[in-house]
Formats: sequence, C-alpha cells, structure tokens
Amino acid sequence: MRPSLQVDENGRLKHFLSTEGLSAPILTQILDTAESFVGVGERAVKKVPLLRGKTIVNLFFEPSTRTRTTFELAAKRLSADLLTINIAASSASKGESLLDTLRNLESMHCDMFVVRHPESGAAHFIAQHAAPHVSVLNAGDGRHAHPTQALLDMFTIRRLRGDFTRLRVAIVGDILHSRVARSEIHALTTLGAAEIRVVAPRTLVPAQVEGLGVRVFHDMQSGLKDVDVIVMLRLQKERMQGGLLPSEHEYFRFYGLTRERLALARPDALVMHPGPLNRGVEIASDVADGPSSVILQQVGYGIAVRMAVMSIILGSHAAGTAGGAH
Amino acid sequence: MSTFDIERLLGQMAADLRRLLAAEGRERPLMVGIRTGGVWVAERLHERLGIEAPLGELSINFYRDDFTRIGLHPRVEPSSLPFDVDDRHILLVDDVLQTGRTIRAALNEIFDYGRPASVTLAVLADRGGHELPVRADVTGATVRLGPGEHLKLTGPEPLALEILGPR
Repeated sequence: MRPSLQVDENGRLKHFLSTEGLSAPILTQILDTAESFVGVGERAVKKVPLLRGKTIVNLFFEPSTRTRTTFELAAKRLSADLLTINIAASSASKGESLLDTLRNLESMHCDMFVVRHPESGAAHFIAQHAAPHVSVLNAGDGRHAHPTQALLDMFTIRRLRGDFTRLRVAIVGDILHSRVARSEIHALTTLGAAEIRVVAPRTLVPAQVEGLGVRVFHDMQSGLKDVDVIVMLRLQKERMQGGLLPSEHEYFRFYGLTRERLALARPDALVMHPGPLNRGVEIASDVADGPSSVILQQVGYGIAVRMAVMSIILGSHAAGTAGGAH
Repeated sequence: MSTFDIERLLGQMAADLRRLLAAEGRERPLMVGIRTGGVWVAERLHERLGIEAPLGELSINFYRDDFTRIGLHPRVEPSSLPFDVDDRHILLVDDVLQTGRTIRAALNEIFDYGRPASVTLAVLADRGGHELPVRADVTGATVRLGPGEHLKLTGPEPLALEILGPR
C-alpha cells in the first residue's frame, strides 16, 4: 500500500482506510467536524442538506448491524442517497467478480463506497482499483483496520476527558483478531496518548505488538492499574479457531471486566466497548450497564464521526479556499 | 477608507425593528444571528430591543450551496437555537447582504428546526449584487462600492464597519 493512497496531492482525505499513516491534524479535523454534527440528531429535522445529490453505497461482504446502520443514518442525515448491498446475498453468489461488481456500481455514478469485508486489505484493494471519482471508506476489513470505530472512540474520550496526553488507555481482550485494537493503537499514538496498554492472554496477542509502542500485560490486576480508559474488545467467537482458549467461562474468570477489576482503574475511568457485547464473557452486565460505562454514548457519537468523515471526503475534492459571498 | 458610525446604525435599526414589529403585531420575537459577523450585530440589537429569550446562533456551513466547490470549513461551531421556533416570530440578523445566498441557506436551516410564524430580516449593510429575490426588512446602511473597494466588519469588541479602498 502506498502511504499516500488515503490522501491526495493537496493533503486532503481521498479515501479513509486506516488510522495508520494519517497525521494528527487530519484526525483532529475529523474529530472537530464530528463535534458540529452531534446536535443534528436532536433537531426537529434530523438532517442537513450537505451531501444532497451524492450517492453512497454500503458494500457489506460481512454481516454487521451497528456499523451498517450507523453508516446508513450518517449518510441519510447528510441527505445523501444511499443503497446498502449485502454482497454475500447478491451477485457474488452468482459468480460475478468483485471488480465487475465495482465497475457496475461506478457506472451508476456512485460517489463513495463504504466497505466491510472479512479479508484484511479488501478496502485498500477496492480503493486502488476504483474509478478516480469514487472514494472508499473502510468499515472494517478482516483483522486489519476499523478506522471509524477507532475515531469514534477517540471522539468519546476527547469529549469526556479532553486531552490525550495525560491518559493511560488499556485495550483488553482479543487483540490478535481485532481490527479495532489495531486502529485504536495507531490513533491513540498519533493523538499523543501518554500510555497505551494491551491486556490479553498470550495466545491472543499478536507477535511484535510492542513494536507499535504499547505495553503488554497478561493479567488484569497489573494491566488495569490506574488506567483512565478501558477499551474492552469483543471475544471474536467467529474468528476463533480452537485451541486459543479453554472456554468462555475460563476467559471471563481471568479477563472479564468485573466491578472488582474496574476498581483497579482510576475512580473516574471510562469503560468502552465497540459492541456487540458478550455479557458474561468479556464484560459483566453490571459493568456494561454501570456508571463508568459510556458504551451507548459511543454508538451515538459513531453517527457524528461517520458524518464527519463522509463530508470531509466528499467536500475535499473541491479546489480553492473557503469563504464566499454573503 | 471610510468608517461608519456603527452606534448610529444600530440605534436606527433597533428603532426600525421596533416600529415594524409593532405595525405587524409581531410579539415576543426571537432573535437569531448568522455566524460570525451577524452574531456580533445581533448581540447589540438583542440588547437594545431588550429581548428576553437568549440569542440564537446559526452556522449555515452545512446549508451552503457552494459546498461541492469549496468543501467544509475546518472547524464549524454548531448552530445553537436554544428555543422552540414553532409559531414564533424570528428576527434574523446578518452583517452584510450581498448575493442573498447566505440568507437562503439560513432560512432553510431555520425551517429544519420547526415552522416559525414569520421571519424578519435585518442587515447592518446591503452592498448590492443580489442574485436571489432576497431583500432585508431593515437595513442599517446601503452601500455601493467602487471598483476594488470592499466592506469590512471587525468585532466583536469594538464593532466597526469600514470601506477599504483598492488594495
């Protein structure tokens, strides 16, 4: 992948594929823009006409409810036309190749593809092969990246805690299979978090993860001590291929977030989770529903962050400076 | 370069607004300023008219008709209308009226918050060059600029309007 695939020659966002390689000013621009979209959902008419006449296609090669629906709502609140194609159930099953599907959608004059795919690198591949007028937004590819999820977490943290530079963040759970963890580590690093920890059993930590600048812990007692933010990951049952864990019950016993373990963190620590929750597997119900949990706020902020990314990308091909006539 | 007597303009606008509201029977108006300059002007008029409800502030950035040409401003303060606009009389305030496109965008945005009983437009200066059928109900100054001249509002404190010569 060319590092510049995401950014055009003028330094503007063209595709949004990964938090890796994006500068702090670009990440901050997305967070700032999201800030101004938060109120839209509270108005009588829950939309603004910004992307009127633009066509956005949700290409979902893998099932998803929360991500798909928040992308749909984001596009609709920006007044874009939207179609969601569930590829598993469409032409792919009739033998049409991915590139043929793309060419067909491009001839329909679509402006943006939002791609969710089980293979790592799928969104990059599509961005490389898409027509020049089409932008690609990665909604999760394999184990690789889930950049809007990472940014909505950054948005949640910034809104509730302000500055990153004094924060200790622990990411807990199946780091090995988690695209959220990877995107989160890159975003936190770029935004200057004081310390990033990953807490997981040895079998669920990727090799050389320390190279990303994180501290690795294999027990919750030391891993959660004095952290400001706890990001719990979902135990990815569908990606688990035997032998990595004895049982879910066992996992909860060692790595589940309980009230007792939460007490190891700072008293005002935030508990986040990208969803969907496996209650009693990675997180206890009373923690998920408790006062430290900001899990439902994350979902709402997810819409604002996705609106921000869509409008920055679709507004950034315009040349010239902002301003204009009264 | 020439400078306007801003206090005199504001005083005259407030008097005109009062007269207009009374003549039309528009009671308990709400005031909305368009960011950034329009809010500065609205703050002054809000005080002079003694309006009790807080001042609303509108960012028309998401309603601009030139988004596809110029993109998004990097940081937009979101609009804030801290009241219900339904069935209320709105006083919409901007600094300079030129093409009318900002006002069109502002009207669209206000109607996304509800259905006001009426909207009255007040502008500090009308500099001509209208491209839409938009006229102000109350105008502080009508200005015709020579070639190369432009109108500049600075604020919020002190608020000043001046014509700057060709640069």
